[in-house]
Amino acid sequence: MVYVKRIVLDVLKPHQPNALEFSQAIAEVGVDYRVRLTVLEVDENTETLRVEVEGGAIDFEAIQSAISGMGGSLHSIDEVEVQSETDVD
Amino acid sequence: MSLLNQARFLLRITGTHDIVRRYFVVNGFDGALTMLGLIIGFHVSAHADLSIIINVCLGAAIALGMSGVSSAYVSEVAERKRALRKLEEAMISDLNKSTHGKAARLAPLLIALVNGLAPLIISLLILTPLWLSNTGVTLPVSPLYVAIMIALLLIFLLGVFLGRIADISWLRSGIQTLLVALVTAALIYLFTVQ
Repeated sequence: MVYVKRIVLDVLKPHQPNALEFSQAIAEVGVDYRVRLTVLEVDENTETLRVEVEGGAIDFEAIQSAISGMGGSLHSIDEVEVQSETDVD
Repeated sequence: MSLLNQARFLLRITGTHDIVRRYFVVNGFDGALTMLGLIIGFHVSAHADLSIIINVCLGAAIALGMSGVSSAYVSEVAERKRALRKLEEAMISDLNKSTHGKAARLAPLLIALVNGLAPLIISLLILTPLWLSNTGVTLPVSPLYVAIMIALLLIFLLGVFLGRIADISWLRSGIQTLLVALVTAALIYLFTVQ
């Protein structure tokens, strides 16, 4: 089974919720997610972010849904790190 | 997230936190001054039956509440829709299903409730001594005097609240609003036929 371990996203979001609430909401998607958010650009109504998520098995769909739920828009997936692991049943 | 925190969050992301506070003070002040005016009006008039005074004041309080709810709701729905559309244009996406869409639908309801409940609750507090007296509770002074005192106290407290928001002397701010109420009372005494 291939697991996504790290993902770097380019995201556009409104000023609210703020960067702290935004990253917390993404981290809440998984039990072991570690989120690093960098604000790259600030416009009149929006902010461009670099969001890096690390975890044991990242659920991309759930992260995308959390981002759009907070009014954000995913522009691109800039980096991905995946790992193949043997499932132990 | 608790209901109160959720309401705070929705008000914050729509930038309406300060609007709610302003509406609370403005309409609360309206409610208190209206009750003060009515009660002083009855006080200077020929002795009216307490139940008539209560019904007139209650009618005015309900009307103030309904006016507060409906006017704020109609205007805030329009404002929030406009703000959401502006944000959607900046984001180039549909935000209806996002927190922003939800906030744009719920914030007008919250604002309308505060705008309507502030004058209603303040009016009901002012009317309390009249009810008590009407149900047979003996007050040390006339219930109209107690109601006037409560109105002045609530107006002073609204001033204190404003002072705390502005981070200025709460006493000075409270006295300022109290002066407005006293001038209103003086004008009523001056212009009503006794």
